[in-house]
Amino acid sequence: MKILIVAETDGGRVSEKTLPAIAFAQQQSPDNFTILAIGENLQCIETLTGYGAQAVLTVNHPALAKPLAERYAPVIAHHARQLGADAIVATTTTFSRDVLARVAGLLDAPMLSDIIALETANGKLVAKRPIYSANLIGTFEVEGSPVVITVRGPAWGKPNPTGAQSPVQSAEAPAAIPQRAEWLGLQGGSGGRPDLTQARVVVSGGRPLKDPETFEKYIGGLADALGGAVGATRAAVDSGIAPNELQVGQTGKTVAPELYIAVAVSGSVQHLAGMKDSKVIVAINTDPEAPIFQVADYGLVADLYQVLPELTELVKNSRA
Amino acid sequence: MKILVSVKRVPDPYAKITPNATGADINRDGLQMAVNPFDEIALEEAIRLKEAGKASEVVAVSIGGAESQEQLRTALAMGADRAILVQTDALLDAPSVAKILAAVYQREQPQLMLMGKQAIDMDENQVGQMLAALLDLPQATFASKITLENGSAIVERETDNGIETLKTPLPAIITADLRLNEPRYVALTGIVRARSKPLETLTPADLGVQVQTRMRLVKVEAPPARKAGKRVSDVHELVRLLREEARVI
Repeated sequence: MKILIVAETDGGRVSEKTLPAIAFAQQQSPDNFTILAIGENLQCIETLTGYGAQAVLTVNHPALAKPLAERYAPVIAHHARQLGADAIVATTTTFSRDVLARVAGLLDAPMLSDIIALETANGKLVAKRPIYSANLIGTFEVEGSPVVITVRGPAWGKPNPTGAQSPVQSAEAPAAIPQRAEWLGLQGGSGGRPDLTQARVVVSGGRPLKDPETFEKYIGGLADALGGAVGATRAAVDSGIAPNELQVGQTGKTVAPELYIAVAVSGSVQHLAGMKDSKVIVAINTDPEAPIFQVADYGLVADLYQVLPELTELVKNSRA
Repeated sequence: MKILVSVKRVPDPYAKITPNATGADINRDGLQMAVNPFDEIALEEAIRLKEAGKASEVVAVSIGGAESQEQLRTALAMGADRAILVQTDALLDAPSVAKILAAVYQREQPQLMLMGKQAIDMDENQVGQMLAALLDLPQATFASKITLENGSAIVERETDNGIETLKTPLPAIITADLRLNEPRYVALTGIVRARSKPLETLTPADLGVQVQTRMRLVKVEAPPARKAGKRVSDVHELVRLLREEARVI
């Protein structure tokens, strides 16, 4: 299987979010994968070069300075055709959902979204992926080539360094890049904290945190003590306590950190779908019957306002 | 301005979904069905644009068996002006759905197509983007705010990195995210009025589309369960266990 990996970029920098897609390629086709990175004056290419790719292709063009699907998709489709790729692959993110499904449309290719396992049987690809809000796992058979695939990051993990460096090659953009939609701006960002989907530790809060200041003080305080990222439930986001991009769950982000601390999070099915692959889960909740305790490795039935300041201090002292 | 909105029939979002006896599909006995919640949001947005005088007609389209008429009647009751059912019992993959919707788009020639970012059954999040590619139209996915002005749409999009703002000329394909709006409850008068609104039935062949499904769901199973761990009595015990037993801090 010849794989073309599409690197996640914001138009200027290559993101480490690409790494699970590289881990997927190492497992499926270790000797036959190429990585494509698109942007303008791309930085951090070295993020991609240590994992055995045959080549890292870079397309730099002023029209590609922001990741617009309408502009990126034809570049990817062009290189997928040139390479004769059997699979076009990226890590599942809003970037890849937006761009790669358009690539599938351009190539008239079937697409497997957010897969957690893949094998080949009788000449068909057989993939597993979460369906029905991650309440179930579906097994899908796909015919034909190429196939477009996004891989669920936590299921594939990090690639192994090979010790060698892949050659970086400058590649052409196709002659015509459509430029109808324009990028106007981006609000938000993690404010110096690690990216939620990349962080080793995530501390999440629910609606009982009352307001943005309280949320930041308690959840942000513990996250900073642990060097972690901040997450939130949909209820917390919907009630304006936390910004949208912090939402963990089926309609938000999927995270699988080494340590996930759920504070005043009841543990709805939708929230669990976004975090239950975490290595160690801690739940702190006043309700001993809260569903979050059914998935937690360590549960503490307590009022967050009473225990979080002490927990934050203990963590600070233990790390000092 | 005409707006086309696609509407998928899916299990009710609050229904308990389990594998059936053969494990080849879900248990559909007595399962409540509903309009895909993200499509409902797209429809609400279209109706609000009409109510604000920015659109003249809202057309709802669904693809599926005769039973999908129920969801189209819901769309009409919410405020769509007319509905189209592309009737087929074939199991369709996302590229096939996109091809049928592209044919409906060509027939209707709307200035805007709105749809949910994904359906809550297969959670693929593909059709809108595929449709935009097939029609060679600009796209704005995961919309949390849409403002129309002078033949363009300013769209705020929910991305992993924050809220991104795009400006796209129309026509375009825009997919709705959760926070775009809160759909209205359907009033009884709307249900009554919906009965007299036109609902046209077509087949993929009528639209000149040959569907070829290349992806099939062959097995459905429950995910591995995670076991509950231990209760701790206070934060001191918690920190000690996280350090000494779990070794994560």
